[in-house]
Amino acid sequence: MNTTTSPAAAAGAPVDAALPKVRVDYLPLLLVPVMALVMLPLVGSFPTWVTLTFAGLAMGMMIFIMASGLTLIFGLMDVLNFGHGAFVSVGAFTATFVLLPMKGWMEADSALMNLAVVGLAILLAMLVTGLLGWAFERIIIRPVYGLHLKQILITMGGMIVAEQLIHVIWGAEQIPLPLPETFRGAFILGDAAVEKYRLIAVAVGLTVFLTMFLVLNRTKVGLLIRAGVENGEMVEALGYRIRRLFVGVFMAGSALAGLGGVMWGLYKETLTAAIGGETTVLVFIVIIIGGLGSVGGCFIGALLVALTANYAGFLAPKVALVSDILLMVAVLLWRPRGLYPVAKR
Amino acid sequence: MLTTLLSGDFPRSRALSVLLLLVLVGLALAPFLVHGARALNVAATICIFVVLVASYDLQLGYTGIVSFAHTMFYGIGAYGVGIALHAMGPGWGPVALGTAAALAISLVLALVIGLFSLRVRAIFYAMITLAVAAAFAVLASQLSDITGGEDGRSFKVPEILQPSFRLMDGEILGRAIDGRVVTYYLVFASALALFLLMLRIVNSPFGRVLQAIRENDFRAEALGYRTVVYRTLANCLGALVATLAGVLMALWLRYVGPKTTLSFEVMTDILLMVVIGGMGTLYGAVVGSALFILAQNYLQALMGQASEALSGVPFLSQLFHPDRWLLWLGVLFVLSVYFFPTGIVGKLRAGALARSQKSP
Repeated sequence: MNTTTSPAAAAGAPVDAALPKVRVDYLPLLLVPVMALVMLPLVGSFPTWVTLTFAGLAMGMMIFIMASGLTLIFGLMDVLNFGHGAFVSVGAFTATFVLLPMKGWMEADSALMNLAVVGLAILLAMLVTGLLGWAFERIIIRPVYGLHLKQILITMGGMIVAEQLIHVIWGAEQIPLPLPETFRGAFILGDAAVEKYRLIAVAVGLTVFLTMFLVLNRTKVGLLIRAGVENGEMVEALGYRIRRLFVGVFMAGSALAGLGGVMWGLYKETLTAAIGGETTVLVFIVIIIGGLGSVGGCFIGALLVALTANYAGFLAPKVALVSDILLMVAVLLWRPRGLYPVAKR
Repeated sequence: MLTTLLSGDFPRSRALSVLLLLVLVGLALAPFLVHGARALNVAATICIFVVLVASYDLQLGYTGIVSFAHTMFYGIGAYGVGIALHAMGPGWGPVALGTAAALAISLVLALVIGLFSLRVRAIFYAMITLAVAAAFAVLASQLSDITGGEDGRSFKVPEILQPSFRLMDGEILGRAIDGRVVTYYLVFASALALFLLMLRIVNSPFGRVLQAIRENDFRAEALGYRTVVYRTLANCLGALVATLAGVLMALWLRYVGPKTTLSFEVMTDILLMVVIGGMGTLYGAVVGSALFILAQNYLQALMGQASEALSGVPFLSQLFHPDRWLLWLGVLFVLSVYFFPTGIVGKLRAGALARSQKSP
């Protein structure tokens, strides 16, 4: 059931009465811990469970980084960018411009040098994908605002072109992308092994989520974005240029996809041009589960999908092939519009 | 007679009529007009893709729903026949059984996906079909005990369709009437029948409702049509026809594999053919797939030559490499969605309409 407050109820209240308290929908929040706990007896051994759970969390964070931009863009602009995966791959491939020439720094046994080179790569990737997002919005998307059918076709076409251009620029071969020296290996907690890079992924993912949460809930820009999601016309009527907001959000979302691409590429340690297509499917499932347009739902959805994939991969490898779809079906059976449906969408 | 056959939906443009006749005659006489296995393969592929693309147009062009799972249904058809023939040996029994099983699976899948997502929003449907199709492709390549994995399955077709079979002694116009020719005509006749059937469907009252939903689903609902039901029906119909196209493809190739049926490239090909030919008219499927497949088979060689000629220039030679074929198609696709949304057929018809209004 939809338990978020309805705008109509708030508008109907007398002006001087205090606004009704926003009811928070806690149920989806419980899904992740409940799922992890249920899996504990099924997995059997505690150290394995810790490893699996942590792997799931890390993967979930990376998926969230990639998916958050897409869901925000959809919520605000009502544009579903089927070419989002292209930004992921462009981000990952751009990072090779820094990571491959600076191999010395990557192989150095100094956390500071490693961090510096990865940070530089991420910065460059985000810059490039952000700019690309700006161009994409201008050239590809602007003429088709409000036309869903054309949007799907056009952004799909954009994705094909981008993927092929990657082939042209970087060649069709796989590019090995080894992790920096100090990021390799694992911490041993008791009997459980937790890979260092996964820890980093979780940290980055949480930082992105918290930053996004704070920006959306504590700043004026965030207020405008949330208002735009709710009712774009009203925001415009109040004198804000919603177009500028669109461009900004689109750039930010694309840059986040680039960041996610770099993280994902380092996680897989190889790069192929298919990375965009692979992640597109994952990202779509995640934002459908979360509810199109909802950042919080997207976060929970990403964690759920990744945890399911990891547990299923361990318990029943054949089921793991379709675990995402099964999870999506289950969630949609419970809430047909996703975990946190955005009011009007 | 022609009115009944075409269900009253005439090309309505002289150039288009000529083009369609050319394709029809060309395909009907293909075994005798051209020689060599490759050319016949091109002709058969065109026949099958006309059906496949037309069934996609039934969803995209007529009903306005975007599906990325069309190759999945196509693949189900191909795999159904392929697996049945592989497991039970050549014969018409396995063909019938495989086709029936494939149709049943497609119908159930299309119904379930449709009921799940079509009631919410069109965009939802596009995303969910993309996810399901990707999962299906992974399944087909991983469950190698059944599907043969990445290698696919080769199998023997019923005797009359085998290349070594001779229908009669001697040759007609220099071509021996062997099993390949028989198969070709089986494919051609089935494709023609399916195409005319779809033409009948889209020009029926049911087809009009679909178009109404495409134009304004809210109004269609207000007029008393259950849009969910109509959308789901269109979706199922498209899926079933695509399955049959898959069956034909399997019989023609005597092989099924993930690359020829399930890969995303096939899906993009279908999209391109629909858009270039013209959305919302089945003749677009004919024109689009004929042009596209001819170009794919013969233009790519041209690109190879261009690439070789430019081999000194580093970036340009990469751009014209035959493997980058899809790049140019993608550009063409984006441009045609912008500037050419009705495709070739739409342009031709609009031109004919303008001329007839000028000189009444």
